[in-house]
Amino acid sequence: MIEIKKIWYYFTRYIDGFLLVGIIALMLVGLIVLYSATGANINKISHQMINISIALAVMWSVANIPLQHIRRLALPMYLIGLVLLIGVALFGEINNGARRWLDIGITRIQPSELMKVAIPLMMAWYFDKHEITLRLRDYIGATVLLMLPVFLILKQPDLGTATLISASGFYVLFLAGLSWRIITGLTITVAGSFPVLWSIMHDYQRQRIMTLLDPSQDPLGAGYHIIQSSIAIGSGGIDGKGWQNGTQTQLDFLPEQSTDFIFAVFSEEFGLIGNTLLLLLYLIVIGRCMIITVNASTQFTRLIAGSITLTFFTYIFVNMGMVSGILPVVGVPLPLISYGGTSMVTMLLGFGILMSIQTHPKLIKT
Amino acid sequence: MKHKVELRNHPAELHKFRMRLAVSIGFILILFLILYARFYYLQVTQQEHYHTLAEANRITILPLVPNRGLIYDRNGRVLAQNYSAYALEITPSKVPSVESTLDELATLIEITATDRQRFKKLMKESKRFKSLPIRNRLTDVEIATFAANRYRFPGVEIKARVFRQYPEKEIVSHVVGYISRINDQDLEQLELNGELNNYRGSHHIGKIGIEQSYETQLHGITGFEEVETDAAGRSIRVLSRTPPIPGNNLILSLDLGLQEAAEKAFGDRRGALVALDPNNGEVLAFVSKPGYDNNLFIGGIDQENWSLLNNSIDRPLNNRALRGVYPPGSTFKPFMALAALELGKRTPEYSMGDPGYFSLPGVDRRYRDWKPGGHGRVNLHKSLVVSCDTYYYSLANDMGIDNIHNFISQFGLGRKTGIDIEGEVSGLLPSSAWKMNQYKQKWYAGDTISVSIGQGYNLATPLQLAFATMIIANNGKAYLPRLVKQIQNSQTGSIEELPPKLLYSLNLKPKNLEIVKSALVDVTRPGGTAAKAGLNAAYTFAGKTGTSQVIGIKQGERYNEKSINERHRDHAMFIAYAPAEDPKIALAILVENTGTGGSTAAPIARQVFDYFLLGQSPEPEATIAKLTESTEDHGHEHL
Repeated sequence: MIEIKKIWYYFTRYIDGFLLVGIIALMLVGLIVLYSATGANINKISHQMINISIALAVMWSVANIPLQHIRRLALPMYLIGLVLLIGVALFGEINNGARRWLDIGITRIQPSELMKVAIPLMMAWYFDKHEITLRLRDYIGATVLLMLPVFLILKQPDLGTATLISASGFYVLFLAGLSWRIITGLTITVAGSFPVLWSIMHDYQRQRIMTLLDPSQDPLGAGYHIIQSSIAIGSGGIDGKGWQNGTQTQLDFLPEQSTDFIFAVFSEEFGLIGNTLLLLLYLIVIGRCMIITVNASTQFTRLIAGSITLTFFTYIFVNMGMVSGILPVVGVPLPLISYGGTSMVTMLLGFGILMSIQTHPKLIKT
Repeated sequence: MKHKVELRNHPAELHKFRMRLAVSIGFILILFLILYARFYYLQVTQQEHYHTLAEANRITILPLVPNRGLIYDRNGRVLAQNYSAYALEITPSKVPSVESTLDELATLIEITATDRQRFKKLMKESKRFKSLPIRNRLTDVEIATFAANRYRFPGVEIKARVFRQYPEKEIVSHVVGYISRINDQDLEQLELNGELNNYRGSHHIGKIGIEQSYETQLHGITGFEEVETDAAGRSIRVLSRTPPIPGNNLILSLDLGLQEAAEKAFGDRRGALVALDPNNGEVLAFVSKPGYDNNLFIGGIDQENWSLLNNSIDRPLNNRALRGVYPPGSTFKPFMALAALELGKRTPEYSMGDPGYFSLPGVDRRYRDWKPGGHGRVNLHKSLVVSCDTYYYSLANDMGIDNIHNFISQFGLGRKTGIDIEGEVSGLLPSSAWKMNQYKQKWYAGDTISVSIGQGYNLATPLQLAFATMIIANNGKAYLPRLVKQIQNSQTGSIEELPPKLLYSLNLKPKNLEIVKSALVDVTRPGGTAAKAGLNAAYTFAGKTGTSQVIGIKQGERYNEKSINERHRDHAMFIAYAPAEDPKIALAILVENTGTGGSTAAPIARQVFDYFLLGQSPEPEATIAKLTESTEDHGHEHL
């Protein structure tokens, strides 16, 4: 009895119970929706459960690593990621007009996924290293660190990942205290650079933006996704059509219904009530992450925690915004719910870091 | 490392971080609110709109085409029917090349040059995304052959279709008409009438004849099936079904046996015959010779057959009974005679000497009688029996054109009768006002002379003449001529009788009618112009012969049948009714380019009457011989 208690203690001591419950609740919601979206496809459900198990294992492992060790991994991870991204640019496999995957002999990997974790780590490490007073040139240095991989990912092209990585890097800059004047300046610059960006964008990217502005322009082509998902959400009404009763979903009018557009399935079948509860659940998880962030003891951990939390939120917002038609379709999964292993693992790796920050002894309490 | 960390954590930095985090939390809440507002907009404000769109996505409405109503003659004999068969259809927009597809198909299934021509004509008339038949009535072997090779032919399909068939072909083609593929013009018309929805799924529409004029009755009401369909277009299940209501069956007043008898009596000659029931206006026979095979038009006629029909010198597509206008010739005289009596211009006793011609006072020109030397003394009775022209020349001059016009127009000449098929023409009954209006010329007395014997400007259709004859036969009742007698409800099977429609009644003096009608009976008796046709009739047979001039004969020339091009020869006319004392049938006959009414048109009437009244088929020689009362045949052939 005492043995079991001891094992349980060692097994769970670096796990944040509150956060875990929130995460698992979201994953269960995901499985329930996936069951409906795949038409009760047990294979896919099993596969997703394997994904979840792997991701949970990754989370548990990371949570058990003290932050000092993780901190040491920041630079190598970043450098390896950068090298792999250059590798992709040179030797990557072309799939659907985009060069995102790299065959490294044993397996195929998508280095941009690695960067989702490496960037906030690297930037937090960078600011942590640069002493008390942060000067403009430190911000410029950090920006360069951020822009290098973002540029490579944009070239793949992968607008969604580039946006999310930029966001995660920007959150570090922001939380590190980048002055409002620079933020304002940056905003103006981004707005000003839009015409330039437009000119170097790929046709399909321009198409996505045009389609967002007016989906009806291309109802059978690029606009089809947005129109069908809007119909799915809207027709769900307040109380939804009921589990496995969404006509848009069950009759396959909704595209990508188990991955990027799974939220439309949820919305159609559970309605505004379901959406409200789901947003609240996400808010609770975010809230817990915020508490962990506030409690973090060092600048490095604060920046990391803050960036992971805000990035998590960004995934939610971008995905729901895109599915409900207020953001362009950029191919971002709904965290913890969409079908797929990679994003699940990346996401739980982040939560593992958060748990590590929360549960390992704080070096200094402030 | 520890050292470094310690140095970095001062309160100002922490404060700044916390401020930034607070800003972030505000940012998160605001963006979540925006999302929530969007959900609210989609799911509450616009819910109905998106619900409609979702329903439109999943529900496909398939039309269920009703079966077209059948057409029967008055005795229940089928004139138009339906049969189911398989057709091979091509959607031009779905095949890479129509030409090569046809070539390839031809290696599997027999496709004749005619089929190809017909298909090309159809293609020209239809939208490219419409499925068009290349072959109808596939055999089982052909269906199996194609099914095995279907993968090679995207855009080519076998479809079960209901086809129309007209078993009687040319015999009733001018009455029944035909249905054919709906073309762009038809679509426009349907849209104009707001009927487009009822034709979703229909491929054919009545184009002419009964098929056209009773389209609404025959077509029926299209049913609908609501089918739940997935994104790939597969039907998942039927949600609801509104069955189609088949078109109603039509029972015509036409007597197919009578029609056949008339056809037989005509033989190879061109012409028309319209027979009406004087008691109610029902059309008993409606013949236009030659007819055509109306089945050719159903699937779209091929170029070759079309040219053959359209360019034929016999003009088989021309409905002579309905649309052919001819000078009525001497069949006009009974109406003139009645006018003379009713208007007091002649008494029955009045007689005149006929020198064989008539001249207007102070004019040299002689209007000749058909009989050189004239008929001697002629009164009204004799004028009809021998068809004296001179009598009417002089009468017309006394009456004046407008009296003639006003009186005779009461018999329906010069205007449409209103029969229940479309395309009728109004003919012409001239008046001085008409001439002024048409030619800006005043009416000359000479014009009246030709009008009096049904020539000149006079033009009438066989239908109009039958209508006018009916009014004499029934003592003044103008019934609307009707082809459809009954409509059988497709749902209940109940038969709705269409009541006869009395358009108006003429108030004619019985005495005057009696005078004219007794003369018409004598026309078919020895001494009359139709004596040969009336010989030994088992009923009293009243009629009037006529000759309709195709070309004018110049002053001082004689009409010589032999010397004239066959197509320019006179048309034979005959109007008649029987039995004279209680008429059951009234008719008008036109036989083109065959000379006089007595010799060619009147015998047709006799055969038709024999069939109708006695049940005798044409070839009545033996019967007539038995009934013969050794009456001498005058052998005269008259106007």
